Amino acid sequence: MNIEVKNLTKYFGNFTALENINLEIIPGELLALLGPSGSGKTTLLRMIAGLEVLDTNDKGEILFNNENVADKPIGDRDIGFVFQHYALFKHMTVFENIAFGLNVKNKKERPSKSEIEQKVNRLLKLIQLDGFASRFPWQLSGGQRQRVALARALAVEPKVLLLDEPFGALDAKVRTDLRRWLKELQSEIGITTILVTHDQEEALEVANRIVVINKGKVEQIGTPEEVFHHPKNEFVISFLGNVNLFHERNENSEQKYHIRPHELEIVSSNDSDIISKAQIKYIQLAGSQVKIDLEDLSNNKTILVEISHHEFKYKNINIGDIVGITPRALRTFENGAGI
Amino acid sequence: MKTFNNSNGAQSESKLVKYLLIFTAISFLSIMLLIPLITIFAEAFRKGVEAYFLAFSDEYVLQAIKLTVITALIAVPLNLVFGVCASWAIAKYSFFGKSFLITLIDLPFAVSPVISGFVYVLLFGAQGWFGSWLIENDVQIIFAVPGIVLATIFVTFPFVARELIPLMQEQGNDEEQAALLLGASGLQTFFKVTLPNIKWGLLYGVILCNARAMGEFGAVSVVSGHIQGVTNTMPLQVEILYNEYNFVAAFAVSTLLAILALLTLVLKYILEWKVRRQLQKLKEEE
Repeated sequence: MNIEVKNLTKYFGNFTALENINLEIIPGELLALLGPSGSGKTTLLRMIAGLEVLDTNDKGEILFNNENVADKPIGDRDIGFVFQHYALFKHMTVFENIAFGLNVKNKKERPSKSEIEQKVNRLLKLIQLDGFASRFPWQLSGGQRQRVALARALAVEPKVLLLDEPFGALDAKVRTDLRRWLKELQSEIGITTILVTHDQEEALEVANRIVVINKGKVEQIGTPEEVFHHPKNEFVISFLGNVNLFHERNENSEQKYHIRPHELEIVSSNDSDIISKAQIKYIQLAGSQVKIDLEDLSNNKTILVEISHHEFKYKNINIGDIVGITPRALRTFENGAGI
Repeated sequence: MKTFNNSNGAQSESKLVKYLLIFTAISFLSIMLLIPLITIFAEAFRKGVEAYFLAFSDEYVLQAIKLTVITALIAVPLNLVFGVCASWAIAKYSFFGKSFLITLIDLPFAVSPVISGFVYVLLFGAQGWFGSWLIENDVQIIFAVPGIVLATIFVTFPFVARELIPLMQEQGNDEEQAALLLGASGLQTFFKVTLPNIKWGLLYGVILCNARAMGEFGAVSVVSGHIQGVTNTMPLQVEILYNEYNFVAAFAVSTLLAILALLTLVLKYILEWKVRRQLQKLKEEE
């Protein structure tokens, strides 16, 4: 389904939750709404679902296949919604939970009992929980509950799937497993999906496109590569990972440069093209990259550098060394001068 | 939650205090509550089982029992509906005047029942605000059954709401939203999702509400007019029988109210346990 958000502005009292949002969701894609808490990303998702409505002061439209859905009841929007805290029906079994959306259909549209049973069993297999049909939600782990919630949403064959921080309440390990599984599942069924998250790693890993939201405004829309490597502004670069800030002072101007830890190189302090001299303070070897903390000798600020283990081995770097820092790339958001 | 028993000196010294407190509490409860309860049954059966049952063959007594049941049958369902609506509004929406509404619900607990009854006399009595209009239209509320029902509703309306508000607040409305998103109608959502989640709390509130509705004396006494066989409920009939020195009959009717109280206590105990377990499960899930 083609979803379009046009000039959407939403107020909660005097607070502007969303400001002039324009967004188009491409059928079949997995779109991540990424932003810090309180940025308005969940409000945007809930407005698409119809859980928040446009009040008289609010502006804009939400279109499903070019049709304004402002007056469409939430049950008729063909939406599957997954909540952060699962929102499973506690007094129903896994089977009854998944079958709920089918059982509440009116008589004409409701599938027969055996059809419902077949469908639920198929979904149970899809979420790898066959054999759990008669369990109750409280007998399941967090990851299992969230998969049941997903199956429940998929049972009514929605045209779009909305996920509100679906992995937010889970352990780190379960979270990574589950998001890979979700990614595969999504591309397999090909259902248009919008995922809300505050975890940049999650967004970068699963999404086809990312919408970076801050303080109710869209900062950037793009593929994970675009937003990570070609961030449009300071907020995007600092939200999507660590970044070092360097100032270059000329006679009458000052230039700021944002450089990611992996974009810096450690060289000899005698090199001519270094941008600063620094002392090595801390080396963290655990992890896929070697993380080095340095102290800038000119202003005592911390500089973060990441290099590969391979490079670390032949460079012979030790704590206390005075070294030079040189960038592989320079990035600035001022004067329109990019990389 | 675990409590730790430490067995150091300070603790053992206070053992005397502990037993003293327990002894005081038990003897106080026995004198003030248990002995009176036993007395009710002892007095009722003093002249034998036959005399006890004879009390219930009295027409006025039967009328009083009937009126009490009718009053409860009207007041309890109305308060059930009101209680669910009020708690839903308070727990699931935020609106202007919410804390005022919560305070208002507690009003009957704060006001003396006699005053509650009196308010209705001032409103609907012959000299009251609506008195002349009611007389013109030949509607009698005070000193009639409608007045008794109104006074009972007033006195008992906090019970259901007070029980449901914390339970519904704890549950939030994610489940209801999930049901609506899955295409359930408002009614389906209420009966399939909301009601099963609040059923034990609701039943608990209803039982307390019922016990109070059947046992209310003060408010009902003011509006009833004490017409035997017409506007007397069980508690009022007990008073009349007692004043007529008909002790066996007075205590016999009292035993019914005492049995109701004991049944309520047992059910209350079971339901309290169920509600507590449900809340605990909710907390564990988070």
